[in-house]
Amino acid sequence: MKPIRDDIRNYIVENFLFGQDDLADDTSFLDRGILDSTGVLYLVDHIELTYSIKVENDEMLPENLDTIEAICAYIERKQAGAAQSVSE
Amino acid sequence: MCGIAGYLNFKKGLVPSKETMQAMLATIRHRGPDQFGIYLDDTAALGNARLSIIDLDHGQQPMATSDRRYWIVYNGEIFNHKELREELQSSGVAIETHCDTEVFLKLFEKEGPDCLRRLNGQFAAAIWDTREKRLFLARDRLGIRPLYYSFHGGSFVFGSEIKVLASFPGLQLSWDAVALDQIFTGWSCLAPRSPFDEIKQLRPGSYACLDESGLQEQVYWQPSFEVEDPAFRSASETDLIDALHDLLLDSVKLRLQADVPVGAYLSGGLDSSLIASLVKENARGRFDTFSIAFSDANFDESEHQQRMASLLDTEHQVIKVANEDIRDVFPEVIWHCESPILRTAPAPMFLLSRLVNRSRYKVVLTGEGADEFFAGYDIFKEAKIRAFWAKEPESQRRPKLLERIYPDLQNLARLGPKYLASFFGHGLTDTTSDSYSHNIRWTNTRRAKRFFSPELNDAIGTRTSNLASEADLPAEFKHWDILSRAQRLEISTFLSSYLLSSQGDRVGMGNSVEGRYPFLDYRVSDFCSKLPAKFRMRGLRDKYLLRKLGKEILPKDIWDRPKKPYRAPIHRSFFSSERETYVDHVLSEDSLEKCGLFNPKAVSMLTGKIKRGLPLGEIDDMALTGLISTQLLHEQYVENFKAPDPLGAKDDVLIYDSRRRALKN
Repeated sequence: MKPIRDDIRNYIVENFLFGQDDLADDTSFLDRGILDSTGVLYLVDHIELTYSIKVENDEMLPENLDTIEAICAYIERKQAGAAQSVSE
Repeated sequence: MCGIAGYLNFKKGLVPSKETMQAMLATIRHRGPDQFGIYLDDTAALGNARLSIIDLDHGQQPMATSDRRYWIVYNGEIFNHKELREELQSSGVAIETHCDTEVFLKLFEKEGPDCLRRLNGQFAAAIWDTREKRLFLARDRLGIRPLYYSFHGGSFVFGSEIKVLASFPGLQLSWDAVALDQIFTGWSCLAPRSPFDEIKQLRPGSYACLDESGLQEQVYWQPSFEVEDPAFRSASETDLIDALHDLLLDSVKLRLQADVPVGAYLSGGLDSSLIASLVKENARGRFDTFSIAFSDANFDESEHQQRMASLLDTEHQVIKVANEDIRDVFPEVIWHCESPILRTAPAPMFLLSRLVNRSRYKVVLTGEGADEFFAGYDIFKEAKIRAFWAKEPESQRRPKLLERIYPDLQNLARLGPKYLASFFGHGLTDTTSDSYSHNIRWTNTRRAKRFFSPELNDAIGTRTSNLASEADLPAEFKHWDILSRAQRLEISTFLSSYLLSSQGDRVGMGNSVEGRYPFLDYRVSDFCSKLPAKFRMRGLRDKYLLRKLGKEILPKDIWDRPKKPYRAPIHRSFFSSERETYVDHVLSEDSLEKCGLFNPKAVSMLTGKIKRGLPLGEIDDMALTGLISTQLLHEQYVENFKAPDPLGAKDDVLIYDSRRRALKN
């Protein structure tokens, strides 16, 4: 599912890193200080709008949203209709 | 109120000349359009641009002692000049004018630099000792009035604003990379640094002596907290409220002295309402109040301002500010601020002082300083909450207190405790760090540095700022509680360098309007330095004692109102037009390349984001303002400094040239 990976990378690089594209798929947004607190909410908006999924409150976890890899996996699970909260 | 300028030629510098002084003074005509004065001798040139407020017929500067040994140029006010005059007279010193300038000069003649401790005022001054060939420079305790200097080609140059120095022959400005790093971290750079490499500023609460051997600086006052005073420990709450009331009343009365009418700003909040009420109690005759209203309802506070104005029955005048007004006036505001800024809030303040000027007022009282000394800012609450949470880092309940100060945190609460902990728990347990209270803010703001060019980052190198280490914190700081430390750090890194400059002196004096700040009377800050923390902030109740005083004077919806930070629209202002504006020009790839401080590709991504209507975060807005203001300054001061026309025949200029011993017009 490369398109999701590219889309998320582009979204982060364009909106938060402003072109500085040295982001690995497993780079933690938190550790690198890439997103501020409202930034995470914008990211969630973007995911919901682009992929027509609803990110539930209990799914808003670094485990689902803190790396490109995690986000891809999360979206794929949701799209497969088999998303489960990691915390469960 | 005035502006000052001058230079010394010790070695192979510029010979003091009338022409150079006329060019330098012309750059600060706005600070003192009423009269100009120049003193010249073999070594020194001193100049003053005067806005007459006290003793309108006398008080011409430069002013000399009767033996003509000392010459002073001075910008500001000594509010306790009457008391000091009487004291000087009773000790046999002859005083000829009613002007505070003469009091300052004669007190200096008698006591030397120690006299600064006795002045209650807001000032920047230069006193030239013709006998010892020594220049004395001084700034008020809190740095309300500015004073810059530079060593250039064998000359020492000084002035109230950077533009005075920029007009000095041959002085070319370039950016100070570390200053930019500081500005894009904490909103302003700290004295002695200025945004420009060639120019330094005198620290607040300090003086300097300059002679052939060089410049010696000395701090004479520093803000403090937790000063032990048994009287405060044993005082009841009522005693403290009464004492504060008396003190503020006297502070206001001192600041109402003027031979011109005095008005007041009303923001709609507690501090300015309190000041306006105290003015009303003491003002004779007409009393005007002035407010900013915004077309954008998110920023507007008209309702509360109107309520106070009608309650006090003042002649209330309002400047209504639309988004595009901010954009249109911004380049002029930046010309006056002389620093990159990360907020547009100075622009409406400049429009407000223009209204004051057009209403023929020269002096306004305002509420600045109450938040710093009486503990009004959310950042103080954040520090207290984090320190409380740090005692139990695993607690899920403690960080939730942050919701009280961040309204959008209810949204963030969706993110759950892990996210909350990572955003607000950064360095949580490092509670003894000097910068503990401000770390979150500074870490967030630093994201705006993503637009820095590789060249600028290289120039900064490893000198990235820890503002706390440059804030001249006293040794006892480490022993203070978290509230006192947060307040002291805020005062040292923000009050003079940003608030009193970009939202104070510059945007007032830009329209020849002098701001006076009753909360910044040094007796009020001394009072706060002794006031136990629980009277400054109780739990998370900000400005506890000040609100108690407010309760006695003001209606409940004013004294009990939660603080609303004063802010102005940003991206909606700069990008409110379909047609091209200067914003497109200064953010163009061409301009950015020429300036070299920012990465054009990154900037185009930000503007793209704005133009596509995507949601912008706080940092995006701050970065945008920082980019536009820096680019404007680059054009105005670095690339092509355009000095205004020198003083001419139409100006009232008095010149004293001691080489000719003649006074002429």
